[in-house]
Amino acid sequence: METSVSPPQVDIRDLTRRFGDLVAVDHVTITIGEGEIFGLIGPNGAGKSTLIRMLTTLLPPSSGTALVAGFDIAGAATGVRRHIGYVPQLLSADGSLTGYENLLLSARLYGIPRHERGERIARALKRMGLTESAGHLVRQYSGGMIRRLEIAQSLLHRPKVLFLDEPTVGLDPAARETVWEHVLDLRNNFRTTMVVTSHHMDEIDQFCDRIALIDHGRIAAVGTPADLKAKAGPGASLDDVFIQLVGPRSDSEAGGGYGDVRRARRAAREHG
Amino acid sequence: MRSVAAYAVQTFAVAAAEVQKLRHDPLELFTRAIQPVLWLMLFGEVMAQVRGVSPGNVRYLDFLSAGILAQSVLFVAIFNGISAIWERDLGVLQRYLVSPAPRAALVIGKALSGAVRALSQAIIVYLLAIFLGVDVDLGPAKIVGAVAVIGLGAGLFSTFSLIIACLVKTRERFMGIGQVLTMPIFFASNAIYPLSLMPAWLRTVSHANPLTYEVDALRAMMLVGGVSDYGLTVDFGILTAAAAVLTVIAARMYARMGF
Repeated sequence: METSVSPPQVDIRDLTRRFGDLVAVDHVTITIGEGEIFGLIGPNGAGKSTLIRMLTTLLPPSSGTALVAGFDIAGAATGVRRHIGYVPQLLSADGSLTGYENLLLSARLYGIPRHERGERIARALKRMGLTESAGHLVRQYSGGMIRRLEIAQSLLHRPKVLFLDEPTVGLDPAARETVWEHVLDLRNNFRTTMVVTSHHMDEIDQFCDRIALIDHGRIAAVGTPADLKAKAGPGASLDDVFIQLVGPRSDSEAGGGYGDVRRARRAAREHG
Repeated sequence: MRSVAAYAVQTFAVAAAEVQKLRHDPLELFTRAIQPVLWLMLFGEVMAQVRGVSPGNVRYLDFLSAGILAQSVLFVAIFNGISAIWERDLGVLQRYLVSPAPRAALVIGKALSGAVRALSQAIIVYLLAIFLGVDVDLGPAKIVGAVAVIGLGAGLFSTFSLIIACLVKTRERFMGIGQVLTMPIFFASNAIYPLSLMPAWLRTVSHANPLTYEVDALRAMMLVGGVSDYGLTVDFGILTAAAAVLTVIAARMYARMGF
């Protein structure tokens, strides 16, 4: 595994989360450097979302520690919250508000001073190509526009680390491409560290600097896409890596459950 | 270091978003107005014929109008928590919870949005009461007092509702429990009949019900010559204390709603 020269922005040590007897995340240790785009892949129910929920302070860990942007997720949750952005898999923009109102809400929640709010919102809208539709209700937006708005929301306070949970789920190929262009743009301009989950192996292969494959709550492999593919054999794709390490079993067997499926489908529908 | 101003902005942000939503879609405010109309015009007119239902020389419709005001505030507030479940299912809740806003600021913001909805109901009940010939006190001090009581009462029951939402986490269960709770809170109070008509056990229950003190304070504020049975200090004291306790509980539970 290559070591990054820049200071780590996400430093996870033995992070574990149990739900009763189930170990959803099992002694995960990962270090992610500044400006790195880090992909999390794995079957449904493997623990990716649980890991992200811990790193974003939504869920306390059972054991282990993690520093995000230099703050302890358990002991300094507010510090973490000030320095991260989170685009959840579900719909986090409010459909009953306009794009502008959604951004204003975020700006206020993140304590951006009043005299800076207007300018930052205008810039975020422009960057995400939403200036024209800022006054429309979000429920009239397309899936791709909603995702862009959500990214804009999560960027207003200039986070050091951005968590994107399935940012391209339910989007058409053109909208997916646009989302990734924005992700790359942010990294290149602001050195924002990104932690991204996706089921699209082609995207992960193309855009992530390093990836971790998570299965049964444990890390099955970490490395650059090229490294992982090389280990899997000549001419192997990331899909082959996935299947080799996780096995050919179907997603449904690995869990997820009705609630997750319902939520994912609803989210996909609302984004579609 | 957190300043009080930042706290206030975060609280206000949550309430402002709710007000913006109401502005985009105000239909809800009008449909909600139907219930108080029915209570005052049908129930009120009939019950006014019953001897002894209102205390002393107060006209029953006058007595009832403050009770129905409190009732519409209660009905608006008690279902306010469902928005948290809705937001949790969507993902909007997670957005609130990953923000650095203190959980109590978020909870108070939700309570404030309940208060705004309740105040819009109050305007309708006031207009209706005037239309029906109730001797409504429109003095500025009394109006300010009524706004304070309505805000406190709505905030209190909104926060109670949020606690239930955090406990049940699904819309179906929430609606069931909301229906089950509303009627006892309403009937075990002085909203539509005086406590003196109640059997002793029900009177005891009513004395532990914050709605009783809300109604009591509203009678003093809303009606010309209206008096409070318990004294406004007691009324405000109990409402404020109940709201504070519920806010502390709700802030803890809301923080765990992202699990």
